[in-house]
Amino acid sequence: MVQLIYLTTLLPLLGFLFNGLFGSKIKNEKIIGIIGSSTIGISFLIVVGAFFQTLSMPVDQRQTIVNLFTWIKVGNLDVNVSYQVDQLSLLMGLIVTGVGFIIHVYSIGYMHGDKGFGRFFAYLNLFIFAMMNLVLGSNFLLLFLGWEGVGLCSYLLIGFWYDRKFEKSTTSDAAKKAFIVNRIGDFGFLLGIFLIYLTFGSLNFNDVFARAASLNIPQYVFNFIALFLFIGAMGKSAQIPLYIWLPDAMAGPTPVSALIHAATMVTAGVYMVARCSIIYASAPAIMEFVAIIGALTAIFAASIALVQNDIKKVLAYSTVSQLGYMFLALGVGAFSAALFHVMTHAFFKALLFLGAGSVIHGMHDEQNIQNYGGLKKYMPKTYVTFLIASLAIAGIPPLSGFFSKDEILWSSYADGNIIYWLIGVVTALLTAFYMFRLVSLTFDGKERFGHDKHPHESPAVMTIPLIILAVLAAVGGFIGIPEIFSGEHGNQFDNWLEPIFQPAQAKIAMFGVHSSLEEIVLMVVTLVGVIGSIYAARYIYIKNIKPAEKLSKRFNGVYNLLLNKYYVDEIYDASVVTPIVKGSEIVLWKFADIKIIDGLINGVANLIEKISGSIRKIQTGVAQFYALIMMLGIVAALFWIILSL
Amino acid sequence: MNIPIEYYLILSGFMFLVGVAGVLTRRNAIIVFMSIELMLNSANLSLVTFSSYMGNSTGQLFVFFVMTVAAAEAAVGLAIILAMFRNKLTLNIDDINILKW
Amino acid sequence: MINNYLITFLLAVPLVGALLLLLIKKDKENLVRYFGLFVSTLAFIISIIIYAGYDSSKGGFQLVEKQMWISNLHISYNVGVDGISLLLVLLTTFLTPLTLLSSWKSINKKVKEFTFFMLLLELGMLGVFVSLDLFLFYIFWEAMLIPMYFIIGIWGGPRRIYASIKFFLFTMFGSLLMLVAIVWLAVYASGTLGHFTTNLVELYSIAPTIPYGIQLWMFLAFALSFAIKVPIFPLHTWLPDAHVEAPTAGSVILAGVLLKMGTYGLLRFCLPLFPQAAIHFAPYISTLAIIGIIYGALVAMVQKDMKKLVAYSSVAHLGFVVLGIFAMTQESVQGAVIQMVNHGLSTGALFLLVGVIYDRMHTRLISDYGGIAKIVPVFATFFMVASLSSIGLPGLNGFVGEFLILLGTFKSPVLDSWWFAGFATSGVIFAAVYLLWLYQRVFFGEVKNPKVNELKDMNKREIFILSAIFVFIIWIGIYPSTFLKISETSTKKVIEQVFSPVNTGSK
Repeated sequence: MVQLIYLTTLLPLLGFLFNGLFGSKIKNEKIIGIIGSSTIGISFLIVVGAFFQTLSMPVDQRQTIVNLFTWIKVGNLDVNVSYQVDQLSLLMGLIVTGVGFIIHVYSIGYMHGDKGFGRFFAYLNLFIFAMMNLVLGSNFLLLFLGWEGVGLCSYLLIGFWYDRKFEKSTTSDAAKKAFIVNRIGDFGFLLGIFLIYLTFGSLNFNDVFARAASLNIPQYVFNFIALFLFIGAMGKSAQIPLYIWLPDAMAGPTPVSALIHAATMVTAGVYMVARCSIIYASAPAIMEFVAIIGALTAIFAASIALVQNDIKKVLAYSTVSQLGYMFLALGVGAFSAALFHVMTHAFFKALLFLGAGSVIHGMHDEQNIQNYGGLKKYMPKTYVTFLIASLAIAGIPPLSGFFSKDEILWSSYADGNIIYWLIGVVTALLTAFYMFRLVSLTFDGKERFGHDKHPHESPAVMTIPLIILAVLAAVGGFIGIPEIFSGEHGNQFDNWLEPIFQPAQAKIAMFGVHSSLEEIVLMVVTLVGVIGSIYAARYIYIKNIKPAEKLSKRFNGVYNLLLNKYYVDEIYDASVVTPIVKGSEIVLWKFADIKIIDGLINGVANLIEKISGSIRKIQTGVAQFYALIMMLGIVAALFWIILSL
Repeated sequence: MNIPIEYYLILSGFMFLVGVAGVLTRRNAIIVFMSIELMLNSANLSLVTFSSYMGNSTGQLFVFFVMTVAAAEAAVGLAIILAMFRNKLTLNIDDINILKW
Repeated sequence: MINNYLITFLLAVPLVGALLLLLIKKDKENLVRYFGLFVSTLAFIISIIIYAGYDSSKGGFQLVEKQMWISNLHISYNVGVDGISLLLVLLTTFLTPLTLLSSWKSINKKVKEFTFFMLLLELGMLGVFVSLDLFLFYIFWEAMLIPMYFIIGIWGGPRRIYASIKFFLFTMFGSLLMLVAIVWLAVYASGTLGHFTTNLVELYSIAPTIPYGIQLWMFLAFALSFAIKVPIFPLHTWLPDAHVEAPTAGSVILAGVLLKMGTYGLLRFCLPLFPQAAIHFAPYISTLAIIGIIYGALVAMVQKDMKKLVAYSSVAHLGFVVLGIFAMTQESVQGAVIQMVNHGLSTGALFLLVGVIYDRMHTRLISDYGGIAKIVPVFATFFMVASLSSIGLPGLNGFVGEFLILLGTFKSPVLDSWWFAGFATSGVIFAAVYLLWLYQRVFFGEVKNPKVNELKDMNKREIFILSAIFVFIIWIGIYPSTFLKISETSTKKVIEQVFSPVNTGSK
């Protein structure tokens, strides 16, 4: 099975080719949907097989390299297309293909009747192809291939309904923005790759990480590498200041938001930083930076999510915020906690998005939560699953989010910086609040939609994926039960990943010693806060909206600031986008290129023309005049010769 | 009797000057053309003169070349003049100034 | 040995073809078209045979043929290929039939003359790449201008005369200085070798002995000529004009092959003949190249005319190639060579695609389009892939070249600052900006211009042309070894020539 791992990229690629080439001709949604989903389903089974095979191996042999062919070989550079099957890539592979398969199936129902049905599945398959390359690649270049590939798919899928309006602009604006902001991150990533090659003389993970652990390399080099790679992660995983594309990415169909912009692609940055844990462990200053950015993003995005009215926008900012959590975990050295959160987040956030999709589907493309209300009696399955996901993200035990979030909070506390812990807790409270604001406004209370809407439960092809994900979101956390509860076996999840992060952990100064009592106290404190927060949200948004209205009136400025997302888009437009575009047009093109460079050249030509213009007057056209001049010339020449004799 | 060489040369020079003056001053293309022939002939005269004076036949040989060229030139030149006349209905070279810019 | 005459045969095919073409009656336009296609395809087949006969594991020039031409001056008809020129020969013979095919419908006046000039152009381009004698090289270099001049001047757009003269004068100006330098080199050779010669291989052998001070001037004379052709910023302004006015076939050849002559010349002559000067000037030229990368991209971004946009993007792409050459590492030079091919393919494809839509709508203004993705889905797909290839998406050809160039620049021994590579890398952002913005404005959104509703999607001929190019776009992206292998030993040799121990000694 491990040796067959290449099928997990090949099959989606074939699916992409098939649906891309013939999808528009087949017109049979069943065939397209079955082919599109089954390629991912089979891939998932292969990854599962590879997982159990790897599990049966001794711990120190759990890494297999599957080499396919030479990609680029020039001089010392030798990059293969080869896949690395180990604990980390298997974990990511399971998430990608597993959640991916569920979302593919869901899409069969959600996209039913869309004229781009075949195209949609082609893109989704291409996405899985790229994402599997990203997580399986055994070198930085293949990682980058996947990295760019998922960016492309994200671009194509955000702009899937390319003729639709989206907010103030169009979906294609959102798609372009996503691609370009990601490119800015890629710029950093590429620089990081170059520096890695320059420093370690290879791009293969095994070589680079072995040398990073053993060679004596100056601190600043590590800092630069880690920083550049992190810029890449900031773009892909939507961290401050490059997070702006993710909320706009909601212009795409909802399954896309679930798969790409919540469960898998946006966590690529987390995966990459975790993969390079040894490099980050060697650059403590950048680790600190990662933690700060993560913490800031977490609280910043959560605050915006408080007041958004578009159901998908709330979830989008929530995703940004949760990603911030993951980076906070990475920054404090809790790599395994970050990945644990990647996994649980994939379950409950995909579920939330799919649930939102089900609501949007049932409400005929209405996305404003102010126009929902009381939907739980119309769509009970969606309601229950959505509620489970909301409880999970809020961190209510024993749902999955509780364990992963708690591990992050505990790690940030244990790392010794109480500020991180505090930000984490505040974010958790905000998260609980906005999630239950969303749930209450959507499913509870009075019906605020018009009579033209007839909300209905979605078909089974959509609700069954919801139920599967709900089960996962509920029980997924059990594989990572903290040591204090599980006793001698320790945290199973951490144990599985331990060999990957062992070199990095060895470099980082170990956590201070803390008693398990402390851990339990913190846990309870957070839990109480979260429950209070949920209660407040339910009270305000079901029973009595007045306190919220009062608050928003009282702090009108703050409210508007949040509602307008801190005006970040506007600031970027005014400070970066417009100056570059206008500057290029007016200064570079119309002035430098046309006036100066071309003007200089045309000026020379004009000068020559002017000079010749005055000289040509001599050409009178009278042949006899020419003859006279000739004559005089000869005479003059004769005189000169005679005189010089 | 022996005519001194100077006479021939003076005659040749005079003929040449007449030719030059004709080319420079006359307006009729045919006459300009004839003046050119005059200049060529004056050159021929001095070539023959020197040839007989030096006792060397190279000069006379050259005269044949010049005459051949002159004949060819006359043919081409007259053809051009004829073509010009057909186009412009004039032989006044002041009116034929299409060489002008 | 047939092998020894293969390259002469390759040159003879378009020449003889062009002459035979003259015998065909003017009004038999289809016969002319088929004949032109046949001749250029034949040339392609021969170049494949040359590829088969070329042993890439051995460096140096192969399949060499040498006939004394002007024996007093030791000027010979001397042709041959190495890995670098072989790739470009293949590119040339590959693109020419495709461009002829692309003008099947769009060129319908003076078809015979057009085909005639295209074949002559092919001859000139091939001659430039296979010449191993500077005199012969110069003749081809200049001769190639003439058919291009006519192609732009006769079949071009409204400002074709201005554009063709500008093109001609720009390139002519540079090559005159090169001629002076060639003569000087040949005279210098007579002092060292005992006889006047323009043979490239002999000149290579004496190159390291040229005094440093003179190398600088010689280098500049050669480099100016090539820099205009590339074009390197700020000598690029002829390019947008020529591209915009040229017919599609002209633009494709111009971008696909002609521009490569400049970079080829830099690699073939400037580096090995004047190594110390090349090292001396490397930072300056690289700086210009990087300015070109960013400047070209920014100016491309704000263009209103699709062709002009693609033309400015060429300035940016060729900036990468020049940077790769002057970074002088194995990686970067290999990247530059593969990037020359890449640019020929992806920019060629973009020009062809603009031509496809221009044939239908007779406008190239971006603002005349919008929302055509659903009207012409096949066209939209092709355009997307070509754009992505140009952007440098991994898995497609553009990435391989750009990546190698930037990687090589980072470890370059002559550009010892990260700033070069750092700034050049920022080009990856801008390339995405201008192409995606173009794509968005043309293909996405709502239909604004009612005329586009009647657009017809690509026909079989057009699909065939672009598919042929896309095969290589994907091939190079996924398995570039096929192509990297061809030039590997040759680029290695160029670098060795630059850094050979003699050079460092005689400074």
